[in-house]
Formats: sequence, C-alpha cells, structure tokens
Amino acid sequence: MKNTKVIELEEVAIRFSGDSGDGMQLTGTLFSDTSALLGNDISTFPDYPSEIRAPQGTVGGVSGFQVQLGTKKITTPGDLAHVLVAMNPAALKANAAFLNPGASIIFDVDSFSEKNFEKAQFKTTDPFTELKLNDFSLIPVPITSLTKESLKYLELDNKSVLRCKNMFALGLICWMFDRPLDYIERFIQSKFGKKSPVVAEANLKVLHDGYNYGENLQHSTPQYIVHPAPIEKGIYRNINGNYATAWGFLAAAEKAGLELFIGSYPITPATEVLQALSERKDLGVKSFQAEDEIAGICTSIGAAFAGHLAVTSTSGPGFALKSEALGLSVMAELPLVVVNVQRGGPSTGLPTKTEQSDLLQSLYGRNGESPLVVLAASTPSDCFYYAYYSAKIALERMVPVVLLTDGFLGNGSEPWRVPAMDELPPITPRRATNPELFRPYNRDPETLVREWAVPGMEGYEHRIGGLEKNAAGAVSHDPENHHINTQIRAAKVEKIVEMIPDLEVIGEPEGDLLVVGWGGTYGHMISSVQVMQDAGKKVSLAHFNYIKPLPKNASEVFSKFKKIVVCELNLGQFASYLRDKVPGYQYHQVNKMKGLPFSVNELVENFEKLLEA
Amino acid sequence: MTKFNYTAKDFKSAAEVRWCPGCGDYAIMNAVQKTMADMDIEHKDFAVISGIGCSSRFPYYMSTYGFHTIHGRAAAVASGVKSANPELTVWVITGDGDSLAIGGNHFIHLVRRNIDLNLILFNNKIYGLTKGQYSPTSDRGIITKTSPFGTIEDSFVPGQLVLGSRGTFFARAVDNNIKHTQEVLADAAQHKGTSIVEILQNCVIFNDGIHDFITDPKFRAERQIFLKKGEPMIFGEQGNKGLILENGRLKVAIVGENGITLEDILVHDPSEDNLGLQVALINMTLPEFPVAMGVIRSVEALVYDQEMKKQIETVQLKRKVTCMDELLQSGNTWVVDGENCSEPVKFFDNKCFG
Repeated sequence: MKNTKVIELEEVAIRFSGDSGDGMQLTGTLFSDTSALLGNDISTFPDYPSEIRAPQGTVGGVSGFQVQLGTKKITTPGDLAHVLVAMNPAALKANAAFLNPGASIIFDVDSFSEKNFEKAQFKTTDPFTELKLNDFSLIPVPITSLTKESLKYLELDNKSVLRCKNMFALGLICWMFDRPLDYIERFIQSKFGKKSPVVAEANLKVLHDGYNYGENLQHSTPQYIVHPAPIEKGIYRNINGNYATAWGFLAAAEKAGLELFIGSYPITPATEVLQALSERKDLGVKSFQAEDEIAGICTSIGAAFAGHLAVTSTSGPGFALKSEALGLSVMAELPLVVVNVQRGGPSTGLPTKTEQSDLLQSLYGRNGESPLVVLAASTPSDCFYYAYYSAKIALERMVPVVLLTDGFLGNGSEPWRVPAMDELPPITPRRATNPELFRPYNRDPETLVREWAVPGMEGYEHRIGGLEKNAAGAVSHDPENHHINTQIRAAKVEKIVEMIPDLEVIGEPEGDLLVVGWGGTYGHMISSVQVMQDAGKKVSLAHFNYIKPLPKNASEVFSKFKKIVVCELNLGQFASYLRDKVPGYQYHQVNKMKGLPFSVNELVENFEKLLEA
Repeated sequence: MTKFNYTAKDFKSAAEVRWCPGCGDYAIMNAVQKTMADMDIEHKDFAVISGIGCSSRFPYYMSTYGFHTIHGRAAAVASGVKSANPELTVWVITGDGDSLAIGGNHFIHLVRRNIDLNLILFNNKIYGLTKGQYSPTSDRGIITKTSPFGTIEDSFVPGQLVLGSRGTFFARAVDNNIKHTQEVLADAAQHKGTSIVEILQNCVIFNDGIHDFITDPKFRAERQIFLKKGEPMIFGEQGNKGLILENGRLKVAIVGENGITLEDILVHDPSEDNLGLQVALINMTLPEFPVAMGVIRSVEALVYDQEMKKQIETVQLKRKVTCMDELLQSGNTWVVDGENCSEPVKFFDNKCFG
C-alpha cells in the first residue's frame, strides 16, 4: 500500500485505443459515464476509422476514444493523453503523437508480438524505442492471457472470451481512477443479462478481475485522484451532439404545438440524428428513411407544406445533393431545418473526421440568389439549443435554416444540465388566420414573412412552387417583380438579426488580440484563450453561433482590438466571409485541415506569435 | 346523392391555362377535375403535386392546394405530404422525363412503399418543355434534336417498371378518350396505395401523332382492348376477338373459330396477384396484339402512410415517455446539488436573448 503512487490532478485525459473490433468506443463511453456520475466534468472525443472492420492489427484499423475529466469546467477532450490504453502495437503507433510527455501507457503485452509489430509496420521488435517512448511510464499487462485465465471456468468459445478483453482494461482503469463499478455492472446486466446470462457473467467477471489486478499490483501502477467539479445545480445527463440536435428538434415541435417530421438518408457522421428521432415514436415523430439524400429533403419539404415541423439531417456530400431542393424551400418560403454534421471533404473525403469546410457551401452553394439562415452549434450539448432555435427561426420566419455541427460535436459528449421545457422561449408558427385576406406571398410589413396555410385548412387553397411568383401566388416572369422579390428574400433573412443575440466577448472588451471562432471549435478556443489570459495577455474570444445573419454588433466588437485572428478547421472560409460582411479589418488566420480538432497548444503558439509580430 | 355537389368547375383555378392548342393535357385535366368532383371529398383536402415539364404546370390550373416542385422530385415531395397528413387526397402529376429519367429513383421507391396517392404519368415519349429531346420512353432509333442519327437505347415500359417495383395499382388510358380516362382515374382514386395511371398523351408540337397508331378513334376497337374486372378480355369491331393463354403465352383468338368459345377467353381480374399475366398484358403491342387499356393491376397491400400512423399509435399505447420534460429526465441522469454548486443559468438568458 505504501508503494502506491497517488497523483492528484485537476484534469486528466485518458485514451482507449485498440482494433476497431476491440470495443474501445464502449469502454470509453462507460468510463466517461461513470466519471460524469461521480460529478466530474467531462468531454469526450471518439476517433474511429471509416472501415467498420479494417484489417486487424493495422494502424488503419485503430479505433480510439479520448475522455478528459476534471475538477473544473472541461471544454475539450484534451490535446494529449495522460494515460493511454493500447490493446495492440498498432494502437500504440497510432497514438504515440498524442501523449503527454511521461504519460502512462498500459498495453496488452500479449499482443506485442513480432507478428503484430509487422502488421503495424514497425521496423524493429522494440516499438517503444522506435517511437521514442522509453522514458514514459510503461505498464505491461497481459490482458489477453489474464482474460482467458479469468474465464477458464466458463464454457465460452475463444471468440467470446476475447471480446471481454476490453472489460479487463476498463476494470483496471476504474481502479486507477478510483471509480466505482456499479454503473458499469448495471449496464452489462441490462445489455446482456436477459439475452445471454453467460456473456453478462463473463464481462462482469473480467471487469472485476481487471479492477482487482490494479489493486494487487498497485506498487507498479499509479493511481489518480480527480475531484468532482463545482458546477450548476440541476439534473444532469451525458449527451452527444447528434442526440442533442435530435432532442432540440423534439423540444421545438412540442413547444410549437406541431408534429415533427424527419426525412433523411444515412450518412456518417450524421446518421445518429435520424436514429435518435426514429426512436421517438412515443413522442409521435414521423421518421422517413428516404431512398436518397434528395428524397430526404424533398419529403421534408412536403411535410413542411403539409404543416409539420420538418427537418432533414446530412453531412457534406449529402448537403451538396440537397442543394437544389434547398433552393425550392427558399423560393416556396417554407420552414425547414437542414442539419449538416460536417466532415472532412471534398467528395467522400474523411467521412469519420471533423472539419468546418461546408460553411461556404451552406451560405452560397445553390443556384440563383438563394439566401437562408445559417447557425452553428459550439458544444455537444448546445446542439440542443441551436437545433431548437433553428426550428424557431424557420417556423416564425418561414425560411430554411441550415444548422452546422460537425463530427467532433456530433460524436463528442459532455454532461449537460437538462433544461425544463418552460426555460425555452415560445415558438409561434406563422399560421394564416384570415382566409379573406390570405394571399400566398402577402408579407408582414416589418419582418417580410409570408403566412403559412396548409392543406386541410378551409378557404386558403393556393399553389406554390419553384417558379417566381407575384404576391397573389401567380407565376410571374415580370422583370420588376423578380428584381424586387430577390431583394425581399434577402432582406427577409437580414431582418432575422432582430432575433439573435449580440456577439459576446469572453474576456476584456478590448485588448491586443481578439480570437474569433465559430461552431464546433469553441472548447479548444476558450481553453487556449484562457491560457493566454492566465499568462496576463490581453486576449479575448468572440465565438460565433450566428453566421447568417451575423450579430449586429460584430464590427463594434472587432473595433476594440489591435489584432483579430480567425481560427477555423478549413482554409479560411469564415475569414473570407467576414472580409466581405464586416470589412475594414485585417483578419489573421489560423487554419487546420487534418480532420482533427485544434489542440490548445497549437492555438496558444499561434496567438503568441501574433502578439510578438 | 353526394355531400358536396361539386362539379369539375369547382376544381378549376383562375389561372390562364397555357398549354399549346390541341395539347392532350387539356383533356386529361378535365378528366381529373371531373374525377375529383365525383370523389365527394372536401375541396380543402386535395393536394396536387407536380415536378417539372409541360404537364407539371397542372397544379396552377387547379383550385386545390398545389405545389409545383422541382424536376423529378414530385414523388418525393408528395410522399412527405401524404406521410405527414394521411387525411389528404394527394395527386401527383408528372411526365415520362420527370418520373422515369431524373426522378426514376423516387418513382420506384414511391411504388415500393405503396404510399396512398394517385400518380398520373403523362407519357408523350418526348421532352416537350425543352423542345424536343428523346425521353426514357422514346422508341429505339427515334430521331430527335439530341439523337439526330437515332437513339441507340431501349425504352422503359412504365407498367413493367411499376410491377417490377411491387406496384399495387397500374392502369393505362389515352388522352383522347375522356370517358374511359375518367373511369380509370376513379378506380385509381378508390385504390388504397400508390396508383399509377399511364396516360398516352399527344404532344402536338414535338412528337405529334406518336401514339396515333394506337389511339386513332377510328381503329379504337381493333387496336385497344379495354380490360374490365370480371369481364372476358374481348376486343374488335365485332367484339369477337379475345385473349387466351396457349403454352403459357397470350394469344389473340377469334370466338367461333377453331372451336373457341367465349368460355375459353380469359377473364380479367386485376385484384389477383398474378404478375406474370399482368406483365404480359402490359407488354402487348401492335400489330400482334391490341394495346391493353384500363386497370391492369389493383391488389391490396399494406399502405405506408397508414402503417406509419399505426406504428406511432401502437408505440404510444405502451409509452413511458409522454412529453419532452419526461424524455429529458429519463434514463441515466444524476442530480448535482453540492454546497459548492451554483444556481443554474438558463441557456437563453445566458445568451442575452430578448
């Protein structure tokens, strides 16, 4: 006992890594949930290959899950891990560059064989030297053989035995971080208990043996203590961005008193939004898995025409396919929300990796002058609120709204204080109220919004469509009419600025450097700005959630800083948009196109350079 | 007695109809308006959805709810309309280019799902709105602006596509035969599920007379066979020609010759799930056979929009979660209420919303 090395940390990042069939996503999720239940703030980042089962043992097939937990507000999954669990040499190789100096590496020594070194393309049989990891804290654990030993008494086939390896690692990590096992036990029971009691027993047995292994060998294994974080009172749950998005739409439909329709087509990393809504028949959701991306949006447009809150979910390539129909909803002025869970592009690109490169596509990727509203969520849990608000804008302003999230937000999770429905603002769809006065394109003089009359409403029968119309709804090729309507559609979107809050400055309202970001980079942006502020630098953050229209005080905020730097996971799309919409400033840029989030360190380095220049 | 006493006129809008003089679309529209009036369904509950093409202007000429969408997508938009509100009576107006070329995928999946709507396929075997290019139903070898040396591809037979997509209703009619078109449309409207009605329609400008050999009223009795449920498949000026099965193939026989009696003539039963015979009827071409008109297939099957509704009702009978507040607090949640915890800040307060 006296030999135990106890390390107390404010925040610690743990990365679980193995073959994509090793169950690392589940292991990471269970550990994260357990930590959240203990009161730690957490942030997670699953990093998995696009092939479901890439060749075993290869670097391409490595699946990882990183979680950061802490005693204070955690805004990122952590740049570099303090603890790595590597189930094979490929996992070690894939993650070597993402470790804190001196990190603990727990590895399955049974799998560190010549055959596996070869598969992972090591040149020698000493991967640690080859990767310059010798002065790290190496903790060899015979995970495979101990798992086999542990389950010898059960009559289980070899494949099922090996499937329990991840529970050994999980048990060990739970010991290292002093996590109770009860939540994980309950999970295993409810997942396997009824279906296959023997599998449940095997998993539980191995989990406990892993835990006990840590306790027994504690002289060689450090133990970490991470105290609970002081956070807001309330009821909490873990949620990822895709679920939060789906639930935001559900909340909006309930608030607006409408039924929810989602027409969609599976696409990584957005599929889960469709899945999460398909689960909710109990709340009356109509989910329509369409034959393609185009039918996904077109069925939604049909449902909007019929009077539902209609949404569709997609990612970059699917968004491209939806663009013509999106133009139809601009022209028909129907409420619609399209959520684009962005991934690396162009083309198929990096399906499972994150990027922010669909911004200009969302703003401009349609034929004709085709203005719509663009919002971007910034954390996994605030996807709920931005989905909700997207629906509110769409329904109240009769306009399509594009909600941008990304793979990092969609798959990443964090604890979330769940709101009560009465915390959310009302939603008042613009239903037509007087059939005598109704004309399809009559507009509110202030907001320029037309009224929504839907089939089944008596006395409002009318025709809409993709052709230009006059106010009465008749097809019109009149030059003046088109000229004016084009301006009206643009002005209608601009007027939505009244509905959006001012741009917030995090930090002092003036200073040497304003860091500007948008969407899913928020966690890394705020962390890096805090590092700068803690070092006494006059650096503040302005993070955008409202892209079109922009908050009306953007220029005023910008004017108080000596330098502005726009950071985004693309070649500078938001920066170029700002040059157009908020001219008169020099926008420096930090850009990254690696399919990965920013790291706090690289941001800080860039900011320091800018301050020195 | 009908409840609403509508006439066709009640379904005409004030918009000026702008099809070319002599276009077959006029007759079809009259038939649709008459059919709708006879359906005795409240005017407000009709929705007419179209894609792009000459025929797709149709909704503007109707006084019902209407949506003129984009090229090829009418079936998808209409699927959304009907799934969202199964109470509506939804009609899709489309053409051979709209539904069988650019919208082919939506067309077959609409049919496969069996969503309860009526789709009228105006088949003129040409692209009219773009002024005369070949379509997926144009015959091999046809010379058009984009095939100046003749096409080198075979055409779709719409009925084959419908039955191959597990269609539950397929009918065929001709634009110049308004009475028969109306009968067919009335059957389509009655059918629960996706009803596809192919109408051989004449484009007077770009493909004038393309169907004349079939549709010429002078030879109607010889060249078309009007299939009616429960009746023998008889045609011809004398009404003495009929269809029989010989060695598994259809054959035209003459009653009174070679010992053939009326008893030997096939009796039409569109409600029978007999794909082989129904495809054979669809495939009949001149001069060996008359061209089949009327309801060729009309079978019962589960209807998508009703199943969607039913599934929700079934789940809701046993539901544990009845509203959002319950959902938000369901499953793995935990309460944070420590001494060092702060009061919650509502998101929309925090973000300075008005």
